[in-house]
Amino acid sequence: MRELALHLLDIAENSISARAKNITITVTESLVEDRLRFVVEDDGSGMSPEMIAKVVDPFVTSRTTRKVGLGIPLLKAAAEASNGFFKLQSQPGKGTVVEVEFQRSHIDRMPLGDLASTFITLLIGSPEVHWVLNYITDNGSYTFDDEPVKAVLDGVPLCEPSVIAYIRQEIREGIQAIQPTEPSLILAK
Amino acid sequence: MDKVKSLEDLKKLREEALQKRKIKATSGQIEIIVGMGTVGIAAGARETLKAILDMIEKENLSDVIVRQTGNIGLDSWEPIVQVVVGDSPKVTYGKVNPEIARRIVSEHVMGGTPVKQFVIEA
Repeated sequence: MRELALHLLDIAENSISARAKNITITVTESLVEDRLRFVVEDDGSGMSPEMIAKVVDPFVTSRTTRKVGLGIPLLKAAAEASNGFFKLQSQPGKGTVVEVEFQRSHIDRMPLGDLASTFITLLIGSPEVHWVLNYITDNGSYTFDDEPVKAVLDGVPLCEPSVIAYIRQEIREGIQAIQPTEPSLILAK
Repeated sequence: MDKVKSLEDLKKLREEALQKRKIKATSGQIEIIVGMGTVGIAAGARETLKAILDMIEKENLSDVIVRQTGNIGLDSWEPIVQVVVGDSPKVTYGKVNPEIARRIVSEHVMGGTPVKQFVIEA
């Protein structure tokens, strides 16, 4: 995966698979602190320490009773290669918190990519989840909580054509309004 | 962005959507499912889903439910899209890029004929 936003989508899909009812995503991008981080918190089924060890490093154990992908190990390696870290805390029955951080200016850091598309995919694709999506930069913060939106829609699905347009515009504009400008791009001009 | 105003806009959209539904005869629900497991995402499933949403918006398709699901278990065929029309059996498509996704929406979802060349036979 070439975008952090795709890794974020992958992590959030794990939360959905864990049957979370509430998922909160916070993406923080600071040029001042030179950090890029995302946190995904869910109230899903959680994982045992054994399971955590396996998802973080699938080659540690030979247990094959449950399929484990390479999404997390690759993300962890990418974060550590960019002077960052990957942290996963989980409790069975309580939920999981995944925290990933990168040095924003690091030469090996992946681009953030299309964050709005990742948010829209999650919101519309899994409407049974209550989503709170936060994006924080040096310029301010943007939050999209889908609860008031669903309350107003009152049964009309999120994949209604005019609602798709509404959500897309709302999220794209919210993100764009505070997204930092790349210093390298300013120099290039 | 003015939140209150934007929720007011949403209320209007809701009323219009309900109006449209009333006029339309119940033509049977159509469901489009996109596999969004790790392999699917890496193969481009997010862009496939985006293309489907774009088509629904462009063609104003009101009776289509779109959702994502985890790994469907056909890794080498990702991105995978499944279409269920009313009571008909589920049709599974493999290696669905945005262009094929748009064809599936126009030919299968709107036209009623599955796009045979991309169907994975069970």
